[in-house]
Parts: sequence; structure tokens; C-alpha cells
Amino acid sequence: MKRGNAMEKYVIIGNGVAAAACIEGIRSVDSEGSITVVSQEKHHVYCRPLISYLLEGKTDKERMLYRPADFYEKNGCSVLYGKTAVKIDKDAKKVSLDDGQVIDYTKLCVATGSSPFVPPFTGLDTVEKKCSFMTLDDADTLAAAVNSESKVLIVGAGLIGLKCAEGIQDRVGSITVCDLADRVLSSILDAQSAGLVQSHLESKGVSFLLSDSVERFDVNKAYMKSGKEVDFDVLVLAIGVRANIGLVKDAGGETNRGIVINDNMQTSLADIYAVGDCAEGNDISFGQRRVLALLPNAYFQGQCAGVNMAGGEKVFDKAIPMNSIGFFGFHMMTAGSSFKPEDGGQVYEEIDEKHIKKLFYRNDTLTGFMLVGETCRAGIYTAMIREKTPLSSVNFDMLKETPTSAAFSQETRRKMFGGVV
Amino acid sequence: MKRVYVKEEWCLGCHLCEYNCAFANSGQKDMITALKGKPIYPRIHVEGDEKITYAVSCRHCTDPMCIKSCIAGAISKVDGVVKVDQNKCVGCLTCVLVCPYGALAPSESGIMQKCELCLENTCGSPACVKGCPNRAIVYEER
Amino acid sequence: MSVEYIFPEFEVIRKPERCIACRVCERQCSNEVHVFDPATGVMISDEAKCVDCQRCVSLCPTHALKIVKNESTFRENANWQNDTIKEVYKQANSGGVLLSSMGNPKPFPVYWDKILINASQVTNPPIDPLREPMETSVFLGKKPEKIKFDENGKIKCELTPQIELSMPVMFSAMSYGSISYNAHASLARAATELGILYNTGEGGLHEDFYCYGPNTIVQVASGRFGVHENYLNAGAAVEIKMGQGAKPGIGGHLPGTKIVGDVSRTRMIPEGSDAISPAPHHDIYSIEDLRQLVFSLKEATEYKKPVIVKVAAVHNIAAIASGIARSGADIIAIDGFRGGTGAAPTRIRDNVGIPIELALAAVDQRLREEGIRGNVSLVVGGSIRCASDVVKAIALGADACYIATAAVLALGCHLCRTCQTGKCNWGIATQRPDLVKRLNPEIGTERLVNLLTAWKHEIKELMGGMGINSIEALRGNRLMLRGIGLNSKELEILGISHAGE
Repeated sequence: MKRGNAMEKYVIIGNGVAAAACIEGIRSVDSEGSITVVSQEKHHVYCRPLISYLLEGKTDKERMLYRPADFYEKNGCSVLYGKTAVKIDKDAKKVSLDDGQVIDYTKLCVATGSSPFVPPFTGLDTVEKKCSFMTLDDADTLAAAVNSESKVLIVGAGLIGLKCAEGIQDRVGSITVCDLADRVLSSILDAQSAGLVQSHLESKGVSFLLSDSVERFDVNKAYMKSGKEVDFDVLVLAIGVRANIGLVKDAGGETNRGIVINDNMQTSLADIYAVGDCAEGNDISFGQRRVLALLPNAYFQGQCAGVNMAGGEKVFDKAIPMNSIGFFGFHMMTAGSSFKPEDGGQVYEEIDEKHIKKLFYRNDTLTGFMLVGETCRAGIYTAMIREKTPLSSVNFDMLKETPTSAAFSQETRRKMFGGVV
Repeated sequence: MKRVYVKEEWCLGCHLCEYNCAFANSGQKDMITALKGKPIYPRIHVEGDEKITYAVSCRHCTDPMCIKSCIAGAISKVDGVVKVDQNKCVGCLTCVLVCPYGALAPSESGIMQKCELCLENTCGSPACVKGCPNRAIVYEER
Repeated sequence: MSVEYIFPEFEVIRKPERCIACRVCERQCSNEVHVFDPATGVMISDEAKCVDCQRCVSLCPTHALKIVKNESTFRENANWQNDTIKEVYKQANSGGVLLSSMGNPKPFPVYWDKILINASQVTNPPIDPLREPMETSVFLGKKPEKIKFDENGKIKCELTPQIELSMPVMFSAMSYGSISYNAHASLARAATELGILYNTGEGGLHEDFYCYGPNTIVQVASGRFGVHENYLNAGAAVEIKMGQGAKPGIGGHLPGTKIVGDVSRTRMIPEGSDAISPAPHHDIYSIEDLRQLVFSLKEATEYKKPVIVKVAAVHNIAAIASGIARSGADIIAIDGFRGGTGAAPTRIRDNVGIPIELALAAVDQRLREEGIRGNVSLVVGGSIRCASDVVKAIALGADACYIATAAVLALGCHLCRTCQTGKCNWGIATQRPDLVKRLNPEIGTERLVNLLTAWKHEIKELMGGMGINSIEALRGNRLMLRGIGLNSKELEILGISHAGE
């Protein structure tokens, strides 16, 4: 039931997907309260994960908008572009901005996201053309810096680094990706899967230096710990990200790697919520709090926070890590967590030259999966992790072969396909 | 709203729905031109085993996971129908990763396509339902 | 080997320019005629297995298929025709009795097609059924000879139990076992919706169908399968099956392979055992014996249900019917030689029995002559194909008609006449679960209701044209019929004049 409460002053710090979701959450309950969005970036909310597709030419800035151009107007939001929140006064319920402006809130949502983490490399300041790969501005910087002859060194073989490589592959002369880890996408893939992905990327012309890290930079050369030297024209730093937790931490809120939140997206501070890449909520597949810096998660959290801020009641207690990634048309999906055999974890595997399937299960539930090369209907697995479906209630042997609702009971299917869901 | 529902006790596993779907969304005037000699990319799929079969297509959920999860903001609900804006979609398949029904599959180009109930193609109402020889797929209000 | 080869009866013509290799034909053919060849990407067919059931043709989305008669032929011979020669070969190959299904396909005269119906012109007005009431209801059962009054002058009602039908058509006996659960469900639901009756045949009554009891005839046949007290009382009437038009004088044989699950339970015989119905009822060797069974059944049903005795139309049918009419039976059902079957020896089906038109006329005439026509109602079956056949049957003296072939056609049967294989692609004459589900009773019911609704309209139109506004007034009204191209003997038996007379 929609209601209006003109007395409410909603303030959202951040203008990413979590913030947009928060706006939609608020407006699903309260159509009148004022909403102020503090946006560090000078852009309408856009799809950050699409910056590599932008460089690849698969999208453009207009199509990259997460919501239509009239989104803020239609939702009655005022957006303060190019402003950064510097302080939260939790007692006075005020947020101070970098330009000295102070704004009041009745409910505050912190959706500050994360920032690239750059270790203090020796000689980094001598590198002329360098950038991170997080924002639209980064993408513009990179696009301007490269030409068809460019030798690009990407430090970090994680999701950001590899998507960057895919994005610029057609625009540059060569790409080398280095990482301290012994494999690509080390946070989500095991060695076998990573090997498959790596060889696919190599077949497209991307070179890798793994188990190796930069010792120092000297203008256009990286000296690696292994003793190798890499010449480059453009450097992309994609080592990792850190959640932006400072505002809440300074205000006395509980933080860890991220801002600690409960299942209602509330922080430890009254009337302050935190969502998206800066927040640390419960990962139900692992049973622990984690920062789950994923777009779907940002939306779920943002919307949940918005509803709660506006006086509704919503719980988001189904968060799991999940990723769907493709490089040059080669897709892989991962979700959930795996457990070691000593902790009761079991795994079902199918491996051939082009596909890898691993299903991780424990205590009669699917806890995670890794699918490389063949990803159809993976959402059925994802839902089983999210809903903790007892494996004894399904035909798990059939599910091992392929994700299909045919492995569920007739009654379950009747609910799935015979009614409004 | 009217949605597509399946009655697995009557599904014959003939796969006609897949072909009718592919044809209805092909923009072609006859099925032969549309489908002959090509792999098909229907928006409805028959699943099952030797004993049971049934067709799966978008449930047009009340609270769709795919819309919330789309990294391109390309999926939205228009009058209850979950639609994908192919102009915005980049083919990341996150929607496939989250759809609990296994109802989504990409088009030939890798960009997503999905059941939009044939409301905007020349068929006008779901082609899978019209063509089902045993009324195993129905289009009705529930 | 080569001497055993018999060329296929049909050719499967696939237009390559239309076939999209969707493989629907492959998935739908239980005879495994169509196969997709992955090497060439095209569909191929083994036409030797084709029975021309038309399932693939009906479901092919691009209409790429047609089934035609194989042009391959033996040298023309009016005496030794192709089929005759092939049958000899088959028997030389197998040493077995030839089996066939559905009704006699041989070119015997179809008297319905040689009888024409009258219409009113000038001297008497036709009736427009859209504007004026038209009664199609009939009551089956013994009718009193005359009105009786008690001492106070009030009418004494001594009416024996009657069946009320909204129109003079019923679905005749097809057992659960010979046809599928879904076929039965369709018949039961349609009968209920239409206000008519269907017939269990000799397979017992599945527990799911007891709810359709008021529209059910329960059959007792020589095997007594599935017969128990509740069963007898479940229906609106009980039918004793003495014979069947498609195979007079022989019993039935449902192979053990079909006696599975529910069929076994419903028939009350062990799974896998052959269900053999003997040729005779071993307790009936005379009309007196029949009378005992009739009254046993009446006792069992507390005289609340009419009892039908069904016999095949055979040479001395008039005398037999006369006997039955004196046995205490309320209704006589006569099944002509073109009646269908799930399986019968070919020689029997094609050579035994007589046409229903002649049998009906003879029986009606005989019962009238003996003054016992009111003792019983007459129901006729054995290829009642359309509304005009019904009207002609009523005018020849029937109270109602039984239809079965027309009903299964409505359900999807394409008369391929291979019911005996149990691989019916239309889900009718089969117990294979994957095939049974092809008949959605929702569709089946709708189609049966459509069929008989259409017939009802046509019956009213035909009656209206004659200036007759009720079935009662048409029954036995042979003046409304004329023969065409019939000889005087045929006209005499039919009791009708020739056209122009």
C-alpha cells in the first residue's frame, strides 16, 4: 500500500545501482517524502559493469543508463552531482558535503561503493598513462590513452582486469595481464576452470604473467619479481577494490571489511542503512558476513533498504555470491561457496576440453557451483543454493547431468509452472 | 493478468511449441522460410525425461529476479509482461544465472530474448499455446 | 527371406522443400516410421512400418508429409485382389489367424445410403426447429400396453425403470483395456454433459468413473470381468452382452500385455493374465437361461435398473429378438456387421453377420406382429455414421442408436484399423502411458459434445422437414422412408416403398 509522508527526508549517499534500487524501494512505499542523492560522479546512474562493453562498442553511453533519463524527475529526487559526502552527524542527523553544504536526513542510505585499491608501487608516479577501470571516467581515460599500437599492461587478472582486456582487445596492439595469483579470476575459479578461461583468452591474443607481480615501474617498463621486464604504453591497475566504509566508521558505526548490516540493511547506527559494494551482509551460502560486490546484490539490498527506510517491512536474507561472466562469447557462471572435504564438503565434477561443471554440496544442500563453457538454466542451481533446497527432496543425479526442474517433485513443478509466481 | 501455464500431464514432448515460438518471433510469413535449415532459438523449451515432459517459458513473475539482477538495466516490466530491451542487453547472462525456472536462454547473437507472450509479434497471443496439439500449454488468468 | 517380403501398403511422401527437420513426426510415431539422420540432417522414413494413422501428417507444422497408397501392385486380377494375395502371403509367413480392427471395410451394400427421407410440401407443413419446440428426448425401457386405472379412476403407474436420453444416441460398449483411460474419461464426461449414456464394455468400471454412474451402462459379458454388486448398481442400466457385430459367435481376447495396473484391477484379474471372454455365456443355452441372468441382475439391482440384452445381427435375428423380448429384458441392442472392434479375426469380421438396417427392420416388424414391441426398446448400432443414419434408424423402428466408431473418430481416430497392435498414435486404443496422454479428455469431451450437438441440430432439421416434432412420432414411421436402387426383396424386408412409389 502506497502512502505518502512528506515529513521524511531521505538522503542517499552514492548514485550507483544500489542507490537507484533504494529510490525504487522508497517510492514503492512512500510517494511523497523528499529524496536527495549525493553523487560523487557527474553522471546519471549508469551500469558500471558495462564500461568494458562500452570500449568494445557493444553499448554506448546513452544505452548504458541504468534507468531512463527522466528517472530522478519521475521519482521526485534531487541529485547533487559532483558532490562528496565527508561526514555523517548521526545525532543531529545531518550529512556534510565537500562543498560545505549540510543536509538533513530522517533516513540515510549509504551506498558509497568501493574504490580501487592501489598498493604503493615504486616508480608508479613515473608512469605517464595509467588508470583504474571502475568508472565511466576511467573508461574514457583509457579509451583516450590507447591506440592500435598500444602495449597495455593490466595489473590484476580478476574480473575487472580481464573484462578490461576484453573491452580494449580490438583497440590496442597487445595486452599483458599479470597477477600475483597463479591463475586468472582466482577469487571465483579454481585452477582447472581458470586454465580453461586463460587459454581461451590467450587464443584471443591476451598474454599472461601469473604468479608474478610488479616490483617497480620505470616510466614505460615494469620490472617483475621474477626478473622479467614488461614494456608498456598504458598501465591499467585492476588489483582489487576496498569498500568505502569511512563515513560510517567515522560516525561510530560498526564496520569490518564493509559496513556491517543486518537483514534489513540497517547499520549499527539508528536510521542509517548501508547497501551495495560498501556493505557487509550475510552470505547464506557460507554462513558468514561478506562484502558481496555484485550488481544483483546491490539491487536487492538497495531496494530492501528503500522499503524499510520508508516504513515498509522487507528482509533480504538470501544473499549469495554469484557471477555470470563471458569473455569473447565464452561464458562461465559461479555461485555460492565450496567447502573442504574435512568440513563435510563434497563435489560433483564433469570436465572436458571445453566445459567444466562442478557442483559443491554439503549437508544435503547445494552450496555452490562452477560452470564453464555451458551455462544453460544455471538459475535452477542458483535458486537451490539460495533456497537451501534439500537434495534428498530432488533427483540430484538428474540435476548433476543438467539443471532442470524435471528433477523436482511434481508438486514443486505444479507450483512453479501452474500458478502465479 | 493472463499468463502461460503448462499442464505436464498433457505434454507430449512433441516440441511443436518451440518451433511455433521460433516462427512467431521470426518476423517471417511462413515457417519454412523462417526455420528451414537453421538451428532454432525458441523462447520456450521442453524439459523432462522419458516419463514426463513439459514446456518452460517465462513465468512473468510478480517480483522478477531477472529485472533486479540485470547489469544493463535492460529488463523491465510493462503491464505485467517482463520484457528485455535488446538494444540495452549486452548478453552477460546474469538473468540466466538468477532465473529459478531456467526459463531464459539467449538468442542466436548472444543477446537475450525472452517470452513476451507474443503480444507484439504478428501472432498476437502466445503461439506455443495456439499450436499445442493437446492443450498442455494454456494462456489464462489464474 | 525374399519370398516373405510383402511390399509396404503405404508410401510416406515427404516434401524436402517443406521439411524443417523439427522431428515432430519422429517423436509422434509409435510405429517408428520416421527417423532423423544426423549425418545428413534429413528425416528418413521406413514406410514398411506405416499404418496410415495420419498422426504425423496432422502434426507436421509445415505440412511436409502425406501418406499415399503404395503404387506397387500385383498384376491386376478381379478375383485375386492385392489384399487377398497379401493375406495369403501373411498366413504363409506366420501360420496365424489374421487379426483386424474396427468395422468391416468390405464393399457390402450400405442400406442407409439407399434409403431417402421424406419432406413436407404444400399438403402438410414442415416445422422450423429454430422457431418451434422439437422433442428429441427418448425413454428406453418396457412400455405398458394400455393405461390402467384404479378403483378411484386414477391412473395406475406401473412403469418399469426407464432410461431417459436427451437425444436418441448413446455411446456403445468399448471396454477400459480396449480403449484408454482418457478415451473412457472423454466418453463418460461427454455422456454426462449431453444427457445420454456411455457403456463400460466388458472391462469393469474404473473407480474414477463411478461419479458418472447416472450416465453409464455397465456391461456383463461372457468373461464376467469386473462384475460385482457395486459395479452393477453404479450404472443407469445393465447390459448383457451376448454378441458383437464385428465378431458374432466368438468371444474376446485382451492379451496379458494390456492387463496392467488399473486395467487389471478394474477387470479383477491378475496383471499379465490374458482376459479371455468365452464365445458363449456358459450359463446361457436358451432364452430361459437368459431370463435367469436377466432376473439375477434385476435382483442384484433391486429392479431399479433396466436390463439390456445386446446381440449381434445374425441371420435369424428376428426370432432371437422375439425370444429376448420375452425374457424380461427391457431393451434389446442389436449390433450390425459393420460394427467396430478393438481386435477380431479378419475372416469373422469381414464375413459374419448381417447389415443392421435389415436386422432392425426385421426385428421391429416381428415384434409388432407378435404384439410384443412394447415389451422392449430397440437400440441399434453397427455403423451409425451420421444424423441421417439416426433418423433413418428411428423411422425403421429403433428407439435409439449406439455409436462408437463415430465417437472414436471424434476423439481423433483416423481408422487405420490397427487397434490390435496397442500402439494407437491417437491415445485411444492403447494402454501405453506415453500414448494414452495424447488424448486430453478435455479436448475429447469437447469434440464428442460438439459432434452430438451437431447431430442433434441435424436430426431436428430432418424431422422438421418431415413435419414431425418428436422422436416418438418418427419411430417406426417407415412411410417417411423410400428405397433407391433396391430390389423388391430388400424393400420388403425394410418395409419401405421404392422412391417414386
